[in-house]
Amino acid sequence: MSKKSFRQAINEAIRLEMRRDPRVILMGEDVAGGRGGSAGIKDAWGGVLGVTKGLLEEFGEDRVLDTPITEASYIGAAAGAAVTGLRPVAELMFVDFVGCCLDQIMNQAAKFRYMFGGKARTPLVIRAMYGAGFNAAAQHSQALYPLFTHIPGLKVVVPSSPYEAKGLLIEAIRDDDPVIFLENKVMYDEEEDVPDEAYTIPFGEANLTREGSDVTIVAFGRMVGLANQAADRLERKGIGCTVIDPRTTSPLDRDTILECVADTGRLVIVDESSPRCNMATDIAALVAEEAFDALRAPIRRVVPPHTPVPFATVLENLYLPSVERIEAAVTSVMNVRVTEKA
Amino acid sequence: MQIARETLLRSYRAMRTIRMFEERLHVEFATGEIPGFVHLYCGEEASGVGVCANLTDNDTIASTHRGHGHCIAKGVGVAGMMAEIYGRSTGVCRGKGGSMHIADLGCGMLGANGIVGGGPPLICGAALSHKTLRNGAVAVAFYGDGASNEGSTLESLNLASVWNLPAVFVVEDNGYGEATAASYACAGTQKARAAAFGMPYFECDGSDFFAVHQASAEVIAHARAGNGPAMLHVHLQRWYGHFEGDAMTYRAAGEVAEARRDHDCLKLFRERVTQAALLEETALDEIDAAVADEIESAVMQAKADPLPQEPDLLADVYVRY
Amino acid sequence: MASEITPITMPKFGLAMTEGKVAGWMIAPGKPVKAGDELVDIETSKITNSFESPASGILRRQVAPNGETLPVGALIAVVADASVPDTEIDAFITRFQSEFAANNTSDEGAEAAVEPTLVTVGTHTLRVHDLGTGDATPLVLIHGFGGDLKNWMLNHAALAHGRRVIAFDLPGHGGSSKDVGPGTLEFFADVTAQMLDHFNLSRVHVMGHSLGGGIALTLARTAPGRVASLSLIAPAGLGAQVNMTFINGFIEADRTRALQDVLKFLVHDKSLIGRRMTDDVLRYKRLDGAQAALQAVAAACFPGGKQGDDLRPVLTGGQVPATLLWGEEDEILPVTEADGLPEAITRHVFSGIGHMPQLECASDVNGIVETFLKQHDH
Repeated sequence: MSKKSFRQAINEAIRLEMRRDPRVILMGEDVAGGRGGSAGIKDAWGGVLGVTKGLLEEFGEDRVLDTPITEASYIGAAAGAAVTGLRPVAELMFVDFVGCCLDQIMNQAAKFRYMFGGKARTPLVIRAMYGAGFNAAAQHSQALYPLFTHIPGLKVVVPSSPYEAKGLLIEAIRDDDPVIFLENKVMYDEEEDVPDEAYTIPFGEANLTREGSDVTIVAFGRMVGLANQAADRLERKGIGCTVIDPRTTSPLDRDTILECVADTGRLVIVDESSPRCNMATDIAALVAEEAFDALRAPIRRVVPPHTPVPFATVLENLYLPSVERIEAAVTSVMNVRVTEKA
Repeated sequence: MQIARETLLRSYRAMRTIRMFEERLHVEFATGEIPGFVHLYCGEEASGVGVCANLTDNDTIASTHRGHGHCIAKGVGVAGMMAEIYGRSTGVCRGKGGSMHIADLGCGMLGANGIVGGGPPLICGAALSHKTLRNGAVAVAFYGDGASNEGSTLESLNLASVWNLPAVFVVEDNGYGEATAASYACAGTQKARAAAFGMPYFECDGSDFFAVHQASAEVIAHARAGNGPAMLHVHLQRWYGHFEGDAMTYRAAGEVAEARRDHDCLKLFRERVTQAALLEETALDEIDAAVADEIESAVMQAKADPLPQEPDLLADVYVRY
Repeated sequence: MASEITPITMPKFGLAMTEGKVAGWMIAPGKPVKAGDELVDIETSKITNSFESPASGILRRQVAPNGETLPVGALIAVVADASVPDTEIDAFITRFQSEFAANNTSDEGAEAAVEPTLVTVGTHTLRVHDLGTGDATPLVLIHGFGGDLKNWMLNHAALAHGRRVIAFDLPGHGGSSKDVGPGTLEFFADVTAQMLDHFNLSRVHVMGHSLGGGIALTLARTAPGRVASLSLIAPAGLGAQVNMTFINGFIEADRTRALQDVLKFLVHDKSLIGRRMTDDVLRYKRLDGAQAALQAVAAACFPGGKQGDDLRPVLTGGQVPATLLWGEEDEILPVTEADGLPEAITRHVFSGIGHMPQLECASDVNGIVETFLKQHDH
């Protein structure tokens, strides 16, 4: 057990699984880097933010494959390799690049098992960076997990901390279905105690980071930390919050969300993905449909506006959910009075 | 090259099966009983069969929306295919895929594909598996002149070359991508495209089984020997529309009739093997009769087989959810 | 009364907390405070909670400033009547802090600074927590099925005054390697002996809980010369009955709610089993090999749903001095298993307590064991 960063936890998960199972291979743009370069070095980058550094050295060129910048072909190759005996972990450098290979994910990998009558297994993991907060602007800052959640046949994982990331990624690599594993790029340096050994965290099981009796807050990925900070502040004002980290948007732990809302009667959902048809909307519909009678206030979503992610810092800060906005949303649902019928 | 008698008989049977399967579907589809779209392979039989005669069960193929021929050539069972096309639970995909998604991973058939250009990347993946697992197998992508322009296809030619994959790219050029001619839609030549990615290029007449067999033997040997990918450009014609129901208004009157008359691969095969005394007319007639029976049974069975039930709707989205 | 000074010490929120950070004083020095008023925010690694004043009076001193981290029990403030002179407050603070330091510091430094480490023992890697020094005979703590050295967190430091106390994770548990061999009590006793060899300890007191008690008894049977005394808390090996609903439930549960229900069997006050504790157990169970290890141990030690080992002869034989501690409301191993043993073995039965008196009534247990150990220190 030692302090590890989000980046290290992910690196470790891949490393441990590649040691355990020779069928696990890694591919992506510059996952090593340096191939064919004039410096003659290998592992020049280890991934654009260094997440996969050192893996080429341990596992060699047969298992750590740098790709040309051709998402359609290599993501499709990862899908084809998955149904023919390998367990590929393919990296989409930024989730925003899914536009170049959506067919291979949406129409091929996601649907093989169903279309082929249950006779295909597609043990594919696609890792991608997501999230705003680095001034990376509109084409490098999206979240897009709702897009993948929308597609039957995919599993979608959004880890909220280093401990979570390692366990969920090992689970993803061992899972026999196609998994989209999204890493918030702003979190790579965050540290936490993480066991050295391999461990798994099951999909479809939410984590409660704290419990309180007044409001349920559901948050995803980096937003879980913000929700916890807001909950700390709210506690000093006498408002107790339960914070739910669903961990996976697909499968979604509906039971935990519904039970917590039944307890508190109030729901605030924090979701940094674009607001139309996002997870906050999906969960709001679920709760409105199945826990309507428990609600003592309208459901509030803390989400960005319906715009591309802006570049300037001041605008990006306005765009993203913040601790203050979460606090305000919780306070607003606390101030709603339930009127008795005459 | 001398082809074994067994192979000749098997290949003839495969081509005859495809012909009768597709012609029968043409008739049955007109009754309105078959759901969805079908895309018929009549006229192209020698291509799929000629290539697959050089493959084993360990090798992988990927096909297109016009996939029945490749399925039969690779060994997918006729009864299961017919039931699938009729949407029965006894279908090879349990009625969940239909004509455009027929697959049988057990015999290396990665599926017909409803997305033009969907196959080549998957074949890069299958080839990568074969190379990594060192099992000596190759992966073959069948795609049309239309798909040859798709970004995913061109990327796949690049990727297979960069990674030196045991992949074979078979362009079944029937001159039409849906309703638009290849002469309009394809810039340059397939030959130049192969050269552009540094891979060997072979070409053959798709109505001649022997030509296809010979050329594909070379292409497949190249890949199997670890020399990287290669392209085979097969010239052929489809006798029916892009989909059943397509009136083919984009083709000149008499074009199809001429193809049927002068470029019927089955007629040409029969002429050649009997003239060279490789096979007897009687042996071929026997095959024709057997296949006719097989198709008839398959259709009757498919029409009588059970439909999928409500639990089938929710089954097999995931291995474990 | 009027001159009463009340020390306000770092509170303990939940079983796992060892230290806390002063995160925000809510009452200023010199201001009045009533018992029950929110006094200060305390932040731990898991939660920030407001701490209510246990006493009424004037908040005379904020001893710990905002941002300071202190161990549980350390002085953070002083509440007293306005009439108490400052000099007395100062003297009180000095006295309290020096006593606290004496009780909570070993020669190696403050308790909080000594962390568990990994040691290689034969083919195993064991996580070991080694506290205390002194001439008295060392003590080894052995946890039970599915537990780890943190089961002793309310006892370890308390017993380490003047003696070395080693707690460790059994193979298959906690942070130790997961290979449990045949999973038998003999196997675990043998690894314990190897660990003693590693630390050059020829003779030790042993305290064991539940299955750990069975391991302690097995060690006393196979190597009586190495065991100075046995302090046994609800030990295995004294009867056939064992709560297999707990054992099997513990092995199978992989979701928080299910596991929380199972853990409740362990204590009488069910509110002690919070989400935090459950999550800690779940984090252990998720480790590769953990579940298989537990299955192997259960199969070896509880074949057919009953305890497979009879270790009563070790106690009736009288070779090793022993004392028994048991919660009356134990739902895992019934307290009746302690019946019918020689009078020389004192039985301490705690009413209103479940299977883990070392947690539920820690100070009682510590007092009894401290006394017992001193009687057999030679």
